[in-house]
Amino acid sequence: MTRATSAARGWSIKNPFETPREDVALAPEVADEIKTTTCYMCACRCGIRVYLKDGQVKYIDGNPDHPVNKGVLCAKGSAGIMQHYSPARLKKPLLRTGPRGSGEFREIEWEEALRIATQWLSEVRNDDPKKLAFFTGRDQSQSFTGWWASQYGTPNYAAHGGFCSVNMAAAGFYTIGGSFWEFSEPDWDLAKYVMIFGVAEDHDSNPIKMGIGRLKTRGDAKIVSVNPVRTGYSAVADEWVGIRPGTDGMFIGALIGELLRAEKIDWSYLVRYTNAPWLVIEDEGSADHGMMARGDQGEPLAFDQKLKAVVDASQAGFTPALVGEYKLDDGRTARPAFELLARRYLGEEYSVERAEKITGIAADDIRRIAAELAEAAFDKEISLDIPWRDWAGRHHEKMIGRPVAIHAMRGISAHSNGFHTCRMLHILQILLGSIDCPGGMRHKPPFPKPIPPGPVPHGATTKANTPLDGPPIGNPKGPEDLLVNPDGSPKRIDKAYSWENPLSIHGCMHMVLHNAWKGDPYKIDVLFMYMANMAWNSSMNVPGTLKYLTDIDGETGEYKIKRFIYSDAYYSETVAYADLVLPDTTFLERWDCISMLDRPISSADGPADCIRQPVVKPTRDVRPFQDVLLDLGVRLGLTGMVKDGTEPLYPGGYPDYLVLHERTPGIGPLAGWRGEEGKDHGIGAPNPDQLERYIENGCFWQHELDDDQKYFKFANRSYLEYAKDMGFIPTAEPIIMRIYDETMQKFRLAAEGHGQVQPPEQHRQRVKTYFDPLPFWYPPFEEMDSGEDSYPFSAVTQRPPQMYHSWGSQNAWLRQISSRNFLHIHEQSAAEQGLADGDWVWLESHHGRIRVQLKTMTGVNPKTVWTWNAIGKRKGAWGLKEDAPEFTKGFILNHVISDLLPEKEDGYRYANADPITGQAAWYDLKVKLTKCDPGEPRETDPILPSVNPVRSPRFARMKFGLDLKGAPTDKVASEIREFVANKISAATGKTDGKNKARNTDEENNK
Amino acid sequence: MTCLPKKPSAKKLGLVIDLDICVGCHACAVQCKEWNTSGHSAPLTDEDPYGSEPSGIWFNRVHSYETTPEGGGPGRTVHFPKSCLHCDDAPCVTVCPTGASYKREEDGIVLVNPDACIGCKLCSWACPYGAREFDEDDGVMKKCTLCIDRIYNENLPEDARVPACVSTCPSGARHFGDLGDPESEVSKLVIDRGGYDLMPEQGCAPTNKYLPPRLRPTEQTEPKRLQPQIEGDGPEGLMKWVDKMLSR
Repeated sequence: MTRATSAARGWSIKNPFETPREDVALAPEVADEIKTTTCYMCACRCGIRVYLKDGQVKYIDGNPDHPVNKGVLCAKGSAGIMQHYSPARLKKPLLRTGPRGSGEFREIEWEEALRIATQWLSEVRNDDPKKLAFFTGRDQSQSFTGWWASQYGTPNYAAHGGFCSVNMAAAGFYTIGGSFWEFSEPDWDLAKYVMIFGVAEDHDSNPIKMGIGRLKTRGDAKIVSVNPVRTGYSAVADEWVGIRPGTDGMFIGALIGELLRAEKIDWSYLVRYTNAPWLVIEDEGSADHGMMARGDQGEPLAFDQKLKAVVDASQAGFTPALVGEYKLDDGRTARPAFELLARRYLGEEYSVERAEKITGIAADDIRRIAAELAEAAFDKEISLDIPWRDWAGRHHEKMIGRPVAIHAMRGISAHSNGFHTCRMLHILQILLGSIDCPGGMRHKPPFPKPIPPGPVPHGATTKANTPLDGPPIGNPKGPEDLLVNPDGSPKRIDKAYSWENPLSIHGCMHMVLHNAWKGDPYKIDVLFMYMANMAWNSSMNVPGTLKYLTDIDGETGEYKIKRFIYSDAYYSETVAYADLVLPDTTFLERWDCISMLDRPISSADGPADCIRQPVVKPTRDVRPFQDVLLDLGVRLGLTGMVKDGTEPLYPGGYPDYLVLHERTPGIGPLAGWRGEEGKDHGIGAPNPDQLERYIENGCFWQHELDDDQKYFKFANRSYLEYAKDMGFIPTAEPIIMRIYDETMQKFRLAAEGHGQVQPPEQHRQRVKTYFDPLPFWYPPFEEMDSGEDSYPFSAVTQRPPQMYHSWGSQNAWLRQISSRNFLHIHEQSAAEQGLADGDWVWLESHHGRIRVQLKTMTGVNPKTVWTWNAIGKRKGAWGLKEDAPEFTKGFILNHVISDLLPEKEDGYRYANADPITGQAAWYDLKVKLTKCDPGEPRETDPILPSVNPVRSPRFARMKFGLDLKGAPTDKVASEIREFVANKISAATGKTDGKNKARNTDEENNK
Repeated sequence: MTCLPKKPSAKKLGLVIDLDICVGCHACAVQCKEWNTSGHSAPLTDEDPYGSEPSGIWFNRVHSYETTPEGGGPGRTVHFPKSCLHCDDAPCVTVCPTGASYKREEDGIVLVNPDACIGCKLCSWACPYGAREFDEDDGVMKKCTLCIDRIYNENLPEDARVPACVSTCPSGARHFGDLGDPESEVSKLVIDRGGYDLMPEQGCAPTNKYLPPRLRPTEQTEPKRLQPQIEGDGPEGLMKWVDKMLSR
């Protein structure tokens, strides 16, 4: 009986079983204070708001005003709290007491730690500074750490780029003066055809997801994902092309051939913005064969079709020939670079049929994709009513766009043919006229830069107690810029800028431990590393690497790598191998700077940089690494860090440095609010209030370019002048893209016996082969060496979007999403091997074997197996319990990836790397699978001994947030805020992305 | 057992989730966990967070599947985020013996009153979507509140006054609004995109809607190829371009 009917009968009964209505707190208090800063859960650098309650971090969300993420935040970012409160955090400096790897340490005071470090570092500096190898991992302060190395006087410095994506950076810098990586972005709002090559779920992770969402919601564009595995972005792509790993170059070459044959190329773009018309000398055997023909002033030459004469190719307005044989003044012949390029890709080598065999992509699909690219670029041309002036001062009424945008990252990069493949990709873009045009791939300031950009590497000579004469990392312009001895042997410990990999523009961190252990090219005294997990997932050949760290020198009885100082915020696998551990803070406890001098957060619409500010104080006896580095600099008396010999120049530590340091007059780490009044941007005197201005603005600075500066930056007078005024580029000269790369030819000529600096005999043929001025495809080295039959599968990793850095495994929330990984294989391939879902198998390469568990699927190339990276961990690390699945079932492929290639005839073993850039060739791995015996343990193998004898305090249950719940208030809104994402704005015709703050304003204004 | 509101409110707050652009990144799930662990149902307890079987309360989980069309053709990987759908005909409410599980008259949000919940778990048996989460330690059932402590909460910045999962979704695959108002933007979106009810045969009349993946261009177009303009198969044909007049 209901109450209504009872009432109708005139009764008044209270239901004794009625449950009291819940009093829901609709507007609880949220925070005592909300502070902005920058996320550091990956390399994306999103702006975040940190909500603080009772001095604790209660909640983090995306900052809606921030240029990178516009309010969104990924899984990693939202789990930042668990990283901040991780039980794996280091608490105090540690001095090793047991053998390396045992994890036996004594806690020491900071003064003792700094005294020891200073002693070790000053001994080396007094003797030979290059015996310090200072390498940093996913360091976001590289312009500072690199400067410190140079003031110390060691050339042996680099960050982790050499094993990450230097192929992308180098190929881009030497071809288009910018790069994929994080220095460009697809024009998500205007592109009609987007191609994403390989694993790309890492850099620019949120902007890419936002872009894909906007583009797909617009509904007039197509996304093609070229990736052996159909996860992540490949899952939402309109078409998935399940290519065989390492064969992308063959696919791209075939596309280029198709476009050339059909004349679907942007001729005017080629003659205006690239070196396609430049004449290349044909004089086989001479010292300048294959170099550009140049005039008296060094100007490149081209053939003018109207004048019928060889003229200055850099002038505007003439009519250059793109093919043909032309006589130079000295009687020699030359051909336009374009002809050489066209000859290559029109040849049999890049036929669609051959590409089908190599890549596994059907010939019809290759032809169709070429046709779709052409259709998007030329039939769907974009015309924006934005008048602009080009480099020569010519006025253009419109900006014409070829709306094909391409993005690529690690998947292309991590192969021994990655440099050429990436260069080929840029050439495909150039032929379509789609670089930095509306709808294309857009440069982010400070790029594009002159080709190749910036300083050359320094450190050819080192002297006791003397700084280097310049930055250790740079871009060689020819063999004369290499860091090699007169006999051609490497000067750097990692053999960067040597004949083994001349354009290793990010260094070769992955070779440091091997080379230092072997004493090849020499021994070092101190290894100093920062947040680089070299004893686990950041090294190839983990067992070998652990040997390098623990081997004893028979003569001295000391470790072969004598001393190892390591700084990290967490108890990683590598901590256990250090002699001295300097505990860093979490990202919420520190100042940081994402600088224009390094890898800023700019968008294609304008430059931007940002800071981190400490939002809470450390609860442990830890110090920010950058402060520690400055402190060590003062103790060592390094120039630029002390005044009057001993007084610190930056007494307040890193924040003082950020504000006061000037790299060149007026240019410092931060570009915003410079000058004494804080009114200058880019160049200006230091402003003591600069950090306050950043904080007021949400911890970032950005400048939006004028509309007429936003495209064709390489040839746009207004942009080039702005970039020069900001100090991004030395002059406002146009930046001519290089389809044919003379720098490469310089190295090849050296290998052929020309010039002062030549490779030793041992490396001659290799340099000659791979330094081809036009990109070409060759099989990845491991495949060439190991053969198709013995190791039938390629093995690669994909990056779990919720955890793509190794730090994720310690995270209480993220590890609930994935605490172990499987080896994924196509169901048909598994069946052919007699394997089934759930089987345990041995995965074996030419280098070693691991035991893993299989999962079958269909969205994977049949000749490829793959797993998520960065989930498997070593027992004892990261504050996990001894039976954590990360240790027992999770695995990393690193154990079976060799750091060296098999021996050559002379017994020499090159690094397992790209021969141009030294990029670690992670994805070249070839494997075979064997089913485990039924009696074998159902767990991974090897499981190495624990690296931590001390049980961290752990708890069985976590009730985070219980004490942070807010008290009710009466601030209840009467209406809810409806929210529809990716709305197309009537004003701009673009989707609004996720900028909710802006959405609201617009709605209110309607 | 518990009654649904006698006079269902015209207002039906809910989510619209676009399966065409969800990349399966788990951003919504973790942001939900992060907000709610100190929110209305705090805490979202985690068991053995650093041990062998970490598990905890999550109001929103992302499931990933592979699908293959019955007639052949390219398969798909589908990422499917799932949370309480705030059903009109919510069996989790009607099954509740204490009135703890209830549907709000004001906005249609389904909540659990922890003071009345006896932890009998009948609701989790009744929910066909598996959208309820039992907190063993607190002994009560917890679930998505549609961020009831955010959407009306003026203590938050205005942009944050939407469910946490909606506010954070990087690809913009999540939308929030009144699905009871046919003129609302979310209702129009559902019409435009053919939004559908999850498992309608269960008769729960869910408020949340899913937008299906769009038809893909490869599934609707004919193969095409470019017409060669130069003669012969080899590079010699390129000499045709020798007289090309292009102005720099």
